[in-house]
Amino acid sequence: MTLLRILLKRLLSMSITLIGVAVIVFFVIRIVPGNPIAMMLPPGAGEEDIARLKALYGFDKSLPEQFLIWIQGILGGDFGTSITSRQPVSALVLGRLPATLELSVMALVMAVAIGGILALTGTRQRGGKAEAVIDITNGISLSVPDFLWGLFFILLFGVLWPVFHISGRVSPALDLPFTTNFYLFESLLRLRFDIWLDLVSHMFMPALALAIPLAAIIAQLLKQSLKETMHLDYVTLARTKGYSENHVILREALPNAILPTLTLVGVQFTFLIGGTVIIERLFSYEGLGNMAIDAVINRDLPLIQGIVILFAVIFTTVNLLVDLTYAVLNPRLRHG
Amino acid sequence: MADGRAAVKRRINPRLWLSGGWLMILVIAALGAPLLAPQDPLAQDLFASRLPPLWQAGAEPGFPLGTDSLGRDVLSRVLYGARVALIVALIAGSCTCVLGAGLGLIAGYYRGWPDMVISRLIEIWMAFPPVLFAILLIAVMGTGLTSIIVAIVVIDWTRFARVIRAEAMSQGAMDYVASAKVAGRGRFGIMLREILPNVLPTIVVLLTLEMGIAVIVEAILGFVNLSISSDDPTWGSMIAEGRAAIHHSWWVLVFPLITLFLTVLSFSQLGEGLKDHFDPVLR
Repeated sequence: MTLLRILLKRLLSMSITLIGVAVIVFFVIRIVPGNPIAMMLPPGAGEEDIARLKALYGFDKSLPEQFLIWIQGILGGDFGTSITSRQPVSALVLGRLPATLELSVMALVMAVAIGGILALTGTRQRGGKAEAVIDITNGISLSVPDFLWGLFFILLFGVLWPVFHISGRVSPALDLPFTTNFYLFESLLRLRFDIWLDLVSHMFMPALALAIPLAAIIAQLLKQSLKETMHLDYVTLARTKGYSENHVILREALPNAILPTLTLVGVQFTFLIGGTVIIERLFSYEGLGNMAIDAVINRDLPLIQGIVILFAVIFTTVNLLVDLTYAVLNPRLRHG
Repeated sequence: MADGRAAVKRRINPRLWLSGGWLMILVIAALGAPLLAPQDPLAQDLFASRLPPLWQAGAEPGFPLGTDSLGRDVLSRVLYGARVALIVALIAGSCTCVLGAGLGLIAGYYRGWPDMVISRLIEIWMAFPPVLFAILLIAVMGTGLTSIIVAIVVIDWTRFARVIRAEAMSQGAMDYVASAKVAGRGRFGIMLREILPNVLPTIVVLLTLEMGIAVIVEAILGFVNLSISSDDPTWGSMIAEGRAAIHHSWWVLVFPLITLFLTVLSFSQLGEGLKDHFDPVLR
């Protein structure tokens, strides 16, 4: 019952947030100087043509009217038509979404793996040189944002020692037999490991650049809560029972130390997804963020609106899932 | 107790010294750019394009770190780029700090409807991808130094507001605030005279971190060609050029990148160092 109430409360607050985002993005981009219609027309187009195109995209109506029409359309699943490509925004955006989701999830998996291993190693070797090295690496990784990591990787693994691709999502020469845009996932299902490897080789560096700051956060927090847990009586008891240090850390301490890290990972995951915008640009990766920057440069208002709303939906959904998971995992909150 | 503190201080100092030292070098470079720069940072010379740095074959004296594809001197552009970076760090950082910390204080101490409005705004802001938001704002306002600063303030105030709100809330529940109330102080006075001094260390730490973030945001905007103008030397626009020319002139990317890296690292290490300094018990 309480869980249902949390869910309803969060859903309400989520919709208010989304409306706020819609209002802000709609009115902010309409202050943009430069008429998007003028850019579509060949030089020498008459007043009549301009008026007709304006009417086609609804730019002849008042701003509040345009806003209502846009919101009505969204509720019916229609996000309008892109000005530059003249295709439905929803089709364009959903076509790119899988690329960004695959990149983000890959980065998340890498961050959890790297951060987890560092935290466990640091706990195992606490007080030793390894822990000091891990702490220093963490400090640097935390301070340097994904954009800079991306540039370093381009230099290191793209130029100095070219082992990975530095631009694109997949080699253009490859013939893609896919029906969805989840290439990475579908290539596995179709057992096309050649394509899968090519995709990974493109995705590895952008994903790692996104993963490193998050990995450092995970390592730091998990190591700290592991250390605290290691001092608790039940862990000492397990140790006196003669279990090995590895068993004590993995089986006894970890399950109790992991909850704060899990919540943090959820919140940080939205920051990671936000980071894909510039990382996709840096690696010319054909995802949502790269399309968003092009849309801004081309003044493609309907497309900008659609992408921003989609990002907001993703962020708020991730936050909702984190809250629910926390409520389910934490009995104090569930019965509170 | 006294011994413990001394030990903590000894451990912190190198971090503060190193980061502070690099930032001092940067300030000197920015102020002295006209004297230090070997060339005019805007001067193009197609006969001297893509010259390698001094220690490589084919280099020319007068261009110690080489030139880009238009023949502009990399060292001079890095030096002049420090001006833009530091101006953005200082002005955007402090404006963000004042706006965000102010709203955070009000929300955290006054609670009630101001808190509801501010918290709701924070939640809406958190649903925007920050980089995309920045690019949008620059597209709206046009490129230029003022636009960059305004964009950073508009996007990043929530970083301060979230943390300071929580701190002000816990400070507001403490006894000294209650006794100030009993002593007849007004609410606004209590907020400024009692709460603010107690959250000031946190504000200073956040400000230092924010300066590093501002430098990065400026570089990102320069990278997508939305910073000041494509001609003026900024680290971001140099990095964009370097990225495009990476296969034949790596030095165009490497030198601004290292400078940016050290600067961002210094700001954040300065912040972390100050955090330890203010709160030795924490570590």
